[in-house]
Parts: sequence; C-alpha cells; structure tokens
Amino acid sequence: MTISATHLTKRFGDFYALRDVSVEIPSGSLTALLGPSGGGKSTLLRIIAGLEAPDEGSVEIGGSDSTHLPPQRRNVGFVFQHYAAFKHMTVARNVAFGLEIRKRPKAEIKRRVGELLELVHMGQFADRYPSQLSGGQRQRMALARALAVEPEVLLLDEPFGALDAQVRKELRTWLRRLHDEVHVTTVFVTHDQEEAMEVADEIVIINHGQVEQAGSPSDLYDKPATDFVMSFLGPVTRLRGSVVRPHDLELFPTPEPDAVEAIVQRVLRLGFEVRVDMTSDDGEVFWAQLTRGEAERLGAEPGATYFVRPVVGAAVSSAHLTPGVPRDSAPPG
Amino acid sequence: MRKTRPGKLVLRAVVLVYVGFLVALPVGLIAWRTFAHGAGPVWHSLTSANARHALKVTAEVAVIAVVANTIFGVGAAVLLVRHRFPGRRVIDALIDLPLAVSPVVVGLALILVYGKTTGFGGWLADHGIRIIFAVPGMVLATIFVSLPLVVREVAPVLEEIGVEQEQAAWTLGASTAQAFRRVTVPAIRWALAYGVVLTLARALGEYGAVAVVSGRLVGKTQTATLFVEERYQNFDQPAAYAMAFTLAAIAVVILLGITALRPREHR
Repeated sequence: MTISATHLTKRFGDFYALRDVSVEIPSGSLTALLGPSGGGKSTLLRIIAGLEAPDEGSVEIGGSDSTHLPPQRRNVGFVFQHYAAFKHMTVARNVAFGLEIRKRPKAEIKRRVGELLELVHMGQFADRYPSQLSGGQRQRMALARALAVEPEVLLLDEPFGALDAQVRKELRTWLRRLHDEVHVTTVFVTHDQEEAMEVADEIVIINHGQVEQAGSPSDLYDKPATDFVMSFLGPVTRLRGSVVRPHDLELFPTPEPDAVEAIVQRVLRLGFEVRVDMTSDDGEVFWAQLTRGEAERLGAEPGATYFVRPVVGAAVSSAHLTPGVPRDSAPPG
Repeated sequence: MRKTRPGKLVLRAVVLVYVGFLVALPVGLIAWRTFAHGAGPVWHSLTSANARHALKVTAEVAVIAVVANTIFGVGAAVLLVRHRFPGRRVIDALIDLPLAVSPVVVGLALILVYGKTTGFGGWLADHGIRIIFAVPGMVLATIFVSLPLVVREVAPVLEEIGVEQEQAAWTLGASTAQAFRRVTVPAIRWALAYGVVLTLARALGEYGAVAVVSGRLVGKTQTATLFVEERYQNFDQPAAYAMAFTLAAIAVVILLGITALRPREHR
C-alpha cells in the first residue's frame, strides 16, 4: 500500500513539529524516517497511524484519504519504542489481542498465534508474561502482535532504540529478513544512520520538521542535497570551505592541479583505518581517512607535507562557504 | 549473624509502643469489653430492631457512596491524567478539599444548600424530595467525605502505565471502550481495589458529616456509628461495644480479604 503524506503541518503550541511535509512511500518498500531527535519523524509516523491529527495537510493510504480516520480503521500495525506490551497478558494473549477484538473463531486465533510466534522465534515463550522476557523478546512479541491483524502498513517508532547494541544489530538484520518474507509496506523511525543505511530501501531524512532529502541509501550517500544530509549520513571534514568525506580525500607527495598543500599533524592507526589530521597552508584543520596500505605506501608521518584534493566523483557540498574563500577554488565534485 | 544495632532496637521499640498504645490496645480493649459477658448479650444487642435498622442504613449509604465514588473516581483520574484543559489544576486541588475540611463543616454546608429553609432545598421539598434529615443527605455527605480516595489511588497508576498500551490496543482495532476495559482496567485493578476498600471503610465509619445532616432519628436515619454514640450516651454500653466491635471487625475482614487476594494475582 502506497502511503502519501501531502503538505502536513503539525504544531504543539508554538513549536512546529512538522512544517509542510510531503512524503511518498512506495508500496511494499521498507522505508526509514531518519533524523536527529526532536526533528519531527516520530510525529510524522504517528500522523500516518492516526495517533496524532495534523493541523494541515492530508494522508492517503493505498489511494484513499485516511486523514480523518481513527487508528482503529486504518489497518496499520504499530510498534512502539518501549514495546507497549500488555503486561497482564501472556505472550500468546498479547499476540491474539487484535484477532480477539475482531471476534475470529478460537481455532483460527490459536493457529495464527502459533504461526506468528514461530515467525518471530518466540514459540517456546507463548505462556510467559512480558515481565519475564528480555527487551529484544518483548519487541519481537510486539511485532508479532502488530502483524497478527494482517495490517496493510507496518509502522515502527524507534523499534530498537531501547535495546543494547548487540541485540539491536541482530534485530536489524532480522527485520530486513522478515520484511523480505512478509512484504508489507513498512516505515520505521530511527536516529541511527547506520541502522537506516543497513535496513532500508528508501530513506527520508527529516530535520527541523522538514524533509531534507528522500531517496535510496546510496543516492543519499553519494549525492547529498544539503550539508546536513551529508554530515548526518557519514563522517565529513572541511577542505577549502567545502564539506567532503574524509575517505574521499587523496594525498599526493608532489603538487597536483587543484590540490591543497597541507602538513600532517597526527597519524592515528585504528585497525584497518588510518586517520590523518592535517593543517593546510592557510591554516585550515581537516582530516583524511586512509586505508592501512595507502598510509604505508605514502609513509605518512607527522611533519610530512602532502598535496590534497577530493577524488574524482566525490560527494562535495559547498553550500556553506567559509568567508574569504572564492567559490571557484572548490574542487570539482 | 549480624548484630542488630541499638539505634534500630530503639526505633523498633518506639514504633511498637506508638502503634500498640494508639491502635492495638484500644481496638483490643473493645473486643475484650464486648465479650466480657460472653457472646449471648452481644448477639442480643445486635439483633434489636434499632441495631438492625442502623446496620441496614449504614450498608445502604456505604454501597451507594462506594459505587458513586468508584465511577466518579476512575472518571476523574482519567480526566486529570490523560487530558489537559483549562481549570484542570483547580479541579485537581478541589478533589483534595474533602480531606482538608472537617466533616462537621461538610454537614453544615450541605444543610445550607439543601435545607428546607433555603431556596434550592425548599424547591426540592415542594416537589416531595427530602434531602436533609433523610438518607439522600447522608449519602451526599458520605460521598463528599470519601471523594478523593479512589481518585488518589488510581491517578498515579494511570500516570505510570502511560498511554502507549491503550494506543497499541487502538491500532489493533479496539475501540476506546474496549481498550479501557481490556487494557486499562486490568492495569489499574489493584489501585482501584485499594481505593474501593478505603472508600468503603471511610463510608462505614463516617460520623461527623452524617451526624449533622441525618438529624439522628433513631430507627430512621441512625447509622451504625450514630447508634454506638447514642447507646453509649444512654448508658447502654453493651450495645455500644457490640456495634463498635462489629464495625472494627468488618474493617479487619476487608483488609485481610484484600491482602489474601493480592499475592495470588499479583505478578
């Protein structure tokens, strides 16, 4: 089911959580709403679910206007960051909840709950209470509960935000595999760019209540529309006023066209990666990320002088030029 | 084994003496006095027409007050915790008022509103509705004095469980009423049970406000607590002790009941 949000605005008092936001989410995709905390991405998700009403704008799910539909009638599954488990019910009863509300026959409920618990690898925990489960298990239960009613759209609000790093990584991979099996249009909110890049087909970057850019992970990484998108998706440094990725910088021992002369201040070996801190001839501090092999070939040492420029085809943003640096000095990108 | 420090022993002794002299001893003495001449006279006093009527009035008033304050208490708690509206803080403060105001004042205030000589009370009387010196007034007085008990037990629990479980239920198709019954009520059930027990205890034991509005008509508007006082004043101490013991025993049974139920269901 395609989801389209059109010109959404949402205010909380004087604060604009969303400001004229329009987003298209393709049917069957796994889309991440990515951005810093407080940027409005959760509000957007909750408006799609019907848990918040927009002040302006509309939401269409599967082509029909859902703006004024209550959450009960949108046929969405919603997964909360803190699980929202029904604490007084067993895992099986939690998963059965939506089916019981729909008054499905007992035998069907039992069969369906069994299937879903197998799907989320929770079969042996059917009779436990949520308080007897780990965070990761509770979240898998919440997912099974949301999927039980066969939603047209699955919405997840920072689903792994409350879990520790190890479980988080496992569940991430697992969510991707689950989506490939179930194929329900899925939207998840995250502030973790690595999570979004790893799991999503499509990423929508939201900041200050507005969409910065939307596209595939590689599109966003290689062709960032703004400085913000570029710096949010990966490490950046500044060279001659342009924002550039440190692994896109090339170091030459001899002068090259458009290259900046710079002195090495410090060399940090972080396993496979080598980080070289440098100062350019006009006093600008930046860093380059090299592989171990490159660093050894160059013999990078503190005090050495190199000529530095971005590689051809590197993502470069020059939206915020440092005053005094002419625009045409920016390397081609 | 670790030796208990003297400070702790002193603290324990203080608590024991305090609770002993103020709670256990007086209540124990009532039991002792009640049964000083065996169970026969106690039974005799409690089955007199006036005693039975007093118990019936108390039960009536208490049941109505408990039902009313349970419904109102849950509603008010949901309103105060889940909604933001102008005047919310005023209502929040007003709910505590009955705990602060003396019950006698409550009784007098009710007479000022509903008494026969006042405008509203007079109008009601012309339509054949009697509030003061009748059961309706006693119910009102009891509801008033026990009003905060359910609200104050339920509101913090509602605050703690948050809205997400309810919202999850909505997205799964449950209506607001279904989500409330299947998700919210089970989550607040122990707080609600305590609130109801406290309300019931307060309603059974209320004296001051009920004394003022009831007119203390023996065999008509006399509750169990009023019966104790009236018998005692008339030198019928066995009857007074018997009823006092009955009230204390009901309270203990209710408390034991809730303690016995809780561990089994509490997870």
